[in-house]
Amino acid sequence: MSPVLDNIDVFLSGFWVTLQLCFLSAIGALLIGTVMAVFRISPVPPLRAVGTGYVTVFRNVPLTIVFFFSAFGLPALGSNANFLRIPGLDQMFTRLGIDLPYFRFAIIALSLYTGAFVCEALRSGINAVPAGQAEAARAIGLTFGQNLRYVILPQAWKAAIVPLGSVIIAMIKNSALAGFFGVIGDLSNAGLALITVRGEPTIPIMIGISIGFLIMTVPLGILLDRIEKRRAVAR
Amino acid sequence: MRTTRWVAVFGAMALALSAAACGGDDGGDEGGSGSSNFAAGSTMARLNEAQKIRVGTKFDQPGFGLKGLSGKPEGFDVEIAKLVAKALDIPDDKIEYTETPSTVREQVIQQDKVDIVVATYTINDKRKQVIDFAGPYYIAGQSILVKTDNTDIAGPESFKDGTKKVCSVTNSTPASNIEQYLGDKAKQLVLFDIYQKCVDALKGGQVDAVTTDNVILSGFISTNEGLFKLAGQPFTEEPYGIGLKKGDTAFKNFINDTLEKAFQDGTYAKVWKETAGKFDTTELKTPTIDRS
Repeated sequence: MSPVLDNIDVFLSGFWVTLQLCFLSAIGALLIGTVMAVFRISPVPPLRAVGTGYVTVFRNVPLTIVFFFSAFGLPALGSNANFLRIPGLDQMFTRLGIDLPYFRFAIIALSLYTGAFVCEALRSGINAVPAGQAEAARAIGLTFGQNLRYVILPQAWKAAIVPLGSVIIAMIKNSALAGFFGVIGDLSNAGLALITVRGEPTIPIMIGISIGFLIMTVPLGILLDRIEKRRAVAR
Repeated sequence: MRTTRWVAVFGAMALALSAAACGGDDGGDEGGSGSSNFAAGSTMARLNEAQKIRVGTKFDQPGFGLKGLSGKPEGFDVEIAKLVAKALDIPDDKIEYTETPSTVREQVIQQDKVDIVVATYTINDKRKQVIDFAGPYYIAGQSILVKTDNTDIAGPESFKDGTKKVCSVTNSTPASNIEQYLGDKAKQLVLFDIYQKCVDALKGGQVDAVTTDNVILSGFISTNEGLFKLAGQPFTEEPYGIGLKKGDTAFKNFINDTLEKAFQDGTYAKVWKETAGKFDTTELKTPTIDRS
């Protein structure tokens, strides 16, 4: 394992870049996914169509193609994803504010793709709530929004938490693709560069990269297990 | 009855297969024109007997190795590979081309996936630790490609101020060379796996410059009429070599001899003019083979 320890600074900086990318993409995916899930269950037909269309496209197009469209299609359309240079955030996450747009493109690609799976996971949680709850809410006169906020979603998230966790863990692993689309220095590509450029032996470096990803995914999994034990619906 | 019928069917299939197999073997033997003037047991003899040589080259480099609609790559590197094959008495159509982007050129040699690599392959000491080089067969220089109307990049020093973005390819010598001139690597450097992505990024304005060897850049200038120009002069010397397995001195000397012959009898200048020489009109200098 000495190749890993000798190059620990490369691994640490790569881990930090990947962590930033995953954190921001997770927030984006949860936001987009929740909005789309609400669209899909709404009583307004055009919104349902938008939600279904979004999920159909982004669940079925491979992530690599989504990345291609994001990293090479968006520039062709003239966008530098500058709307993501949010003033407060780009002090904390420095890569967000720089001129090179590829970090922001990677966040867009990951969020759009994962958002479709988040939407479906949330929807399965919502469907797990007994129909009687929604009917009773309608019977006492709650609007759609109040229904969701006070009755359905508080019960739905418990059932949705496990699939949501899997989706986020899958997204963390998918973030490795970002290195092939212009993001310099993320964990897997920094490790690969050690192998191809500095000639370090392959297996120890790959183990190091895997440990880096495990550090991100395993605590998340344990946290979800805890939440499930305490709060989730047992059937 | 049923068992005998199955035995008959399988027996017939076995006979048919072995007949086909025999036919195949006979066909293979006739192809070779095994010439006997290579030392027994050497790579040259082995390749000559197999009548097949596996060449790693680029598929996306105009002028050097560009895969055309015929499915085979064409360019200066491909012509150099054909010279080596000809010296081994292997016909052109028996050359098997594999795409070797910059990152994998050492691996394919070490893992014996190709016999030689002719892919705008710069000779440097670090690579010499794992593979051997024959040549050089061409001296290029690293340069910078910018949009035609760009006036603020005049050379690699222009990147010191930390505002100009440059693109190159992963695991290439130009990428490591330009890193020394950058003010802030995270803000200024973008690496992709192929040069075309860099050129697209330059077109779209995501980066201000692309840096690699001048001949590769000239190829992109010629395929993008009037969009780009070279900024400043080449600031390094990049000797291109032919990569082969480490320790195979006999093969290395053979290729070096083949190259020197081509330098002297005019074949070298001819293939240059037919390929990269069409858009790089600077005078071709014959390199000195490095026999070290």
